[in-house]
Amino acid sequence: MKIVVAIKQVPDTATQVKISSGDPKAIDTAGITWIVSPYDEFAIEEALRIKEKRGQGEVIAVSLGPDRVKEALRSALAMGCDRAIHLNDPAWAKADTLATAQALAAVIKQEQPALVLCGRQAIDDDMGAVGAQLAEVLDWPCASWIMDEAVDADAKTVRVGRQVEGGLEVFDIPLPAVLSAQKGLNEPRYPTLKGIMGAKKKEIKDVKAGDLGLTPDAPQLAVKNLEALPARPPGRIIQGDVKDAVKELVRALREDAKAI
Amino acid sequence: MANAYWCIVEDDRKGAPKKVMAEVLGEAGRLSNGNVEAVWLTDKAGDDGIKQLGAWGASKVWVLENAAFAPYMGEVWVPALAELVTKESPKAIFAPVTSRMREFVARLAVRLGAGLSADSVAFAVEGDSLVATRPVYAGKLLAKMTWAKTPWIATLRPNVFKPAEASVAKTAQVDKPSVKVPAARMKLVERREEVSTGLPELTEAETVISGGRGMKGPENYVILEKMAAVIGAAVGASRAAVDAGWRPHRFQIGQTGRTISPKLYLGFGVSGAIQHLAGMRTSKIIVAVNKDPEAPIFKIADYGIVGDLFEVVPALTDEFKKLLER
Repeated sequence: MKIVVAIKQVPDTATQVKISSGDPKAIDTAGITWIVSPYDEFAIEEALRIKEKRGQGEVIAVSLGPDRVKEALRSALAMGCDRAIHLNDPAWAKADTLATAQALAAVIKQEQPALVLCGRQAIDDDMGAVGAQLAEVLDWPCASWIMDEAVDADAKTVRVGRQVEGGLEVFDIPLPAVLSAQKGLNEPRYPTLKGIMGAKKKEIKDVKAGDLGLTPDAPQLAVKNLEALPARPPGRIIQGDVKDAVKELVRALREDAKAI
Repeated sequence: MANAYWCIVEDDRKGAPKKVMAEVLGEAGRLSNGNVEAVWLTDKAGDDGIKQLGAWGASKVWVLENAAFAPYMGEVWVPALAELVTKESPKAIFAPVTSRMREFVARLAVRLGAGLSADSVAFAVEGDSLVATRPVYAGKLLAKMTWAKTPWIATLRPNVFKPAEASVAKTAQVDKPSVKVPAARMKLVERREEVSTGLPELTEAETVISGGRGMKGPENYVILEKMAAVIGAAVGASRAAVDAGWRPHRFQIGQTGRTISPKLYLGFGVSGAIQHLAGMRTSKIIVAVNKDPEAPIFKIADYGIVGDLFEVVPALTDEFKKLLER
């Protein structure tokens, strides 16, 4: 069974993010630590588990972005993915979710996997759209925010638990399909030393838009500019013993903040 | 009406729109000077629900009622609504952020070849364009977004926009268009309901109480639940508490959990790691109680008490009781 995992490289949560001094639409990338978006790690882990459980198959990591993205693909290979495809072309520099989904779909049409996994959203722009949009471009069924999955023995159907408000909806979905991983699906493995060494020998194929017969359109959604957060009014530490502090807090919440 | 702002109805799956729709309709009404319509895909649209949508300002309710629309499946909903959009040319399509709406409008945007601004927290009409504001990079920055063309598709973060005030004098025209409903390839096996806590849903609650690592163990959350019952709050947790196995993941607030924006957030034993702040920093009033005066959460808190939560929580619960029973 062939599985494609679509991943995104994002700034580490703890990294300080600043607006670029030269371009108000972009962040200053100097000094940023890049990681594989955490939800995508759940997707990679799940793909590897499916392959291991079946005792055969191939897991291909795909990512769109500039040269630095190779590092993220290398991490996916170190976890155990078999090979990687890097959608690396300045033509995609301004890609919105739609253009990204179209690029990924073009690769997926070539690879013809039975299943595509991705994270529920990337933690940089938090759009949470690419997985579903990919399914729409491919005209495949999809399930978002999955908490568990089981592919049947002959790889024709996958049973998934989709998280919704107030519960879990369990579906049988014919393959091929797109699934997006929610936290709780699994606990991603750490790459082993052997995995890290082995990853260096695995293939990362560079693909340009032209190789896929694509000329990316102008984005449908664009960043006009980035802004710093408005400052919150300075807070107040309420002093005194617990009894007095609590009384004062409740008074302030009622009378000043009108929050209760 | 052409150029209307459409609001996709999120409902309780029992025939009533959720109250977050007052916020979506309110904002759409404000931006369009009242040219706002509701679109309801459901297996059961209650008459009271339709009235409610009218009272919140929808001049028309498009009712797409079909057994095939429950439960939500993208491959069924998208072609049906896309057909109607092509016919009616709305100017904007808004929906609240919920798990299914996020997926639905993303697929719809592809079908329509239009842009999507997910999890938006503000809008402004500038000339002929709409500008959406959305938090990015763990809420450390705000991005202003623009669309290349209409329809402007967006999801709206709950509890951020001013809800429309219901007016019984306002009624909606009802239109039940016939659209093609494709057969689904995916099939529902079962729906497992969560055991109800009796408390409001985390993302919808106006008040949220959150417990972090300082709670020391799963058994202590009962003191937060007691307070929650008094003030009608939801109870959430930080990632540290969820990763320790103290609370199920669905209660996690933060970057890899739920994003909330309540009127009042009360954090107990929550340090305020970036990843938690990403999920709650748009809360209107933030209260923090922590033993450590250096805890980062105090930097964004409106009110803070440096102290032992195991003393503060029971005392605060009593004080809330006194206030609310008066």
